[in-house]
Amino acid sequence: MSNTKTGPLSGVRILDFTWAAAGPQGTLLAGFLGAEVLKVESVRRLDLMRRGMSKLYEGFDNSPHLNDFNFNKLGVRLDLSKPEGRDLAIALVSVCDAVVDNFRPGVLERLGLGYSVMRRANPSIVVLAAANGGSTGPESKFAGYAGIFNALGGLGYLTGYPDSPPTMLRDSVDLRVGSALAFAIVAALYHRRQTGQGQFVDMASREVVTCLAGDQILEYTMNGRNPTRQGNRDAVMAPHNVYRCRENDTWVSIAVGTEDEWRALCRVMGSAELASDPRFADAYARKKNEADLDKLITQWTKQRTPQEATLLLQKASVAAAPSMSMDDLLADEHLQARGAYVTVQHPVLGKQTNVGVPWKFSRTPASIRRPGPLFGGHNPFVFGEILGLPKSDVERLTKAEVLS
Amino acid sequence: MSNSVFSGVRILDVCSLAAGPYCAKLLADMGAEVIKVESPEGDPARRYGAFAGDKPDRERSALFLYCNTNKMGVTLNLRTATGRRLLHELAKQADVLVEDAPPQEEKALGLDYDTLRKVNPKLVVTSITPFGKTGPHSTWKAYPLNTYHAGGEGFLLPGEPTFSMFPDREPIKAGGFAGEYDSGIYGASAVAAALYERTASGQGQHIDVSGQEVQLQLNRMSLIKLTAEDTHLTRAGRGYEFGGIFKARNGYVICRPTEDNHFESLCQVVDDPALKDERFKARAGRLKHGPEINKILARWLAEQDKEDFYLKIGGSGCPAGYFAAPEDLVKSPQLKHRKFFTEIDHPEAGRFLYPTVPYKMPASPARYDRPAPLLGQHNAAVFCDRLGLSRAELVQLRQTGVI
Repeated sequence: MSNTKTGPLSGVRILDFTWAAAGPQGTLLAGFLGAEVLKVESVRRLDLMRRGMSKLYEGFDNSPHLNDFNFNKLGVRLDLSKPEGRDLAIALVSVCDAVVDNFRPGVLERLGLGYSVMRRANPSIVVLAAANGGSTGPESKFAGYAGIFNALGGLGYLTGYPDSPPTMLRDSVDLRVGSALAFAIVAALYHRRQTGQGQFVDMASREVVTCLAGDQILEYTMNGRNPTRQGNRDAVMAPHNVYRCRENDTWVSIAVGTEDEWRALCRVMGSAELASDPRFADAYARKKNEADLDKLITQWTKQRTPQEATLLLQKASVAAAPSMSMDDLLADEHLQARGAYVTVQHPVLGKQTNVGVPWKFSRTPASIRRPGPLFGGHNPFVFGEILGLPKSDVERLTKAEVLS
Repeated sequence: MSNSVFSGVRILDVCSLAAGPYCAKLLADMGAEVIKVESPEGDPARRYGAFAGDKPDRERSALFLYCNTNKMGVTLNLRTATGRRLLHELAKQADVLVEDAPPQEEKALGLDYDTLRKVNPKLVVTSITPFGKTGPHSTWKAYPLNTYHAGGEGFLLPGEPTFSMFPDREPIKAGGFAGEYDSGIYGASAVAAALYERTASGQGQHIDVSGQEVQLQLNRMSLIKLTAEDTHLTRAGRGYEFGGIFKARNGYVICRPTEDNHFESLCQVVDDPALKDERFKARAGRLKHGPEINKILARWLAEQDKEDFYLKIGGSGCPAGYFAAPEDLVKSPQLKHRKFFTEIDHPEAGRFLYPTVPYKMPASPARYDRPAPLLGQHNAAVFCDRLGLSRAELVQLRQTGVI
């Protein structure tokens, strides 16, 4: 069993009851940072990622999604609904620093694993529960997932064209919840390291989204007005949009914030008329005549690929970048040079190519040390080594379907 | 409050606009002492509306006010040698420095890690830039629009129903500054982790965060669909077979009755017998007759109040929600119960509600002791009281364009 000490959270152990996307993204980030994450699953309560998303996978260990969301984590099979299962969970709590779940409120309580029980086993345990609306409140028992968080949270309302319905941001919203979860867990662990104090951290997924709309919300709280959908537009800058390029469904984003950048854009586009057109003479005029401006810029971008347009404009210090598809991102020389992707060998799936870690730490790097776990793949290590149970106990518990 | 998570942690925020400032805000809201360092002209965010009372003024910007709660504010012109020297004096006393200088400018501004490390080896320096500090595109210029689209999420928005309504239109960004705040959160988790580690090691380090890579991270599911399933996602087909976004009387709702029991609950709420059609009872049937189901739902929902619908169906376990405008968020009974909004009084912009944090930490709560700073508000407090400069020197610095 690899015991590489790496990452700023090296030495931290997290008991992970999360499932699907939002919770696992949080513990995935903690694992990148070096924490040892014990991912608890059961055949009675299967992480739906093991089944897959739009494509469905048979068995427990064939899902590339489960692998992707659960790098580094140790796979534990444990039936929490059995009394011995619950007791083993408590035993794990007592050797962990933190516990995380994203069940609906009350689930862990009903299993006899509420915060007060955990705290009795481990007085300084940090317990983080992430639910749709938080653990209490009139709507706290309502079902939620990324689409709901995005709508209730307020970001969907703000996204779209001025004349269109609001917009779903889909699965990335779950990962935003996970990203906030990771910050909260590290913060709580830091507090504990300073003071010895654990606590129950009560997270609301929809509120994570609301924080991402914070400055827009202030328009209402300050001035009593709701902002409206703006597409790609900016309140001040023009041009500021995404423009059609030569091949079907290819686009380049261009934004101009200064007069220098405007003059550079005109030079690159080879258009003296544009530079002297009174409709676009200054920032105020350009914003007023934005629709005309966008049409003229499209005439230029339509003749080029996003990459050609970007290189020409960046050379002149104008902000431009392709609107990247997943194919573009994978092939991107910059991201490849940065080591943004990892190749991980999975015992069943073979070689997988995935997004890597999102920060570069100079002294204690974040890392991907293991693929996502096989279902129960680390039971012998977790129950045998971490909890110190004799092999015969582990065998008996497996036979009795407690480690199930 | 001395029991906040980052009480006693001293942070320098040398960032502009939204990403870096939001990173520092997250730490400030959890108790860190943050000194925001602006150029004498002020953070460009101050030019962004909405403006309190619709008075466009550098102390009334919603973007600035939101991103800079709980911070002290000083001005420094880092293009002057004296400005850089003063920054480094502050850095000697700091635990963390967050910065966002383009890599080709960082040395000239005194913000490169090699320099900062010599000034203070214990310093945790977190850099948040559009493409990171290294790599062939690291010197590219980018506004939030460019970073977001370069990260892959923009290309996939909007999905349905909007894409079918306007299939020839450009892909779009998420509203407001969400993409920038995404980067800020990743910066904050890195700072927190580095501080955690530093408690034992006593050493600082540098963390490089790329806005493009943050968006890529948030869209790992789309990337794995490409590499493992050969699925090349575009904006087309990004909807559901049945359910989705619907217009209500006073806005929009979303409903996703995937399982049989969800659909049954929906049938109880929607008093249109057409929905109780035999063909829709099983999931296979619903997948087959999605457009027909959606037509019935659209017809019924058009007459409903968005929040009423959500409350009627929410308790049943069927995933449903309404698209909340800021007004709805402020009025939300659930958010009121959570005390999610707090009032902050700003000496010029006035007193109004702000979002707080989505994680309640009773042992170390978020606190809102100060509003965003006025430009240069704490110059005297910081340069005189802390660094020992005299008032006369402060005047001199001002007159020579250092502050």
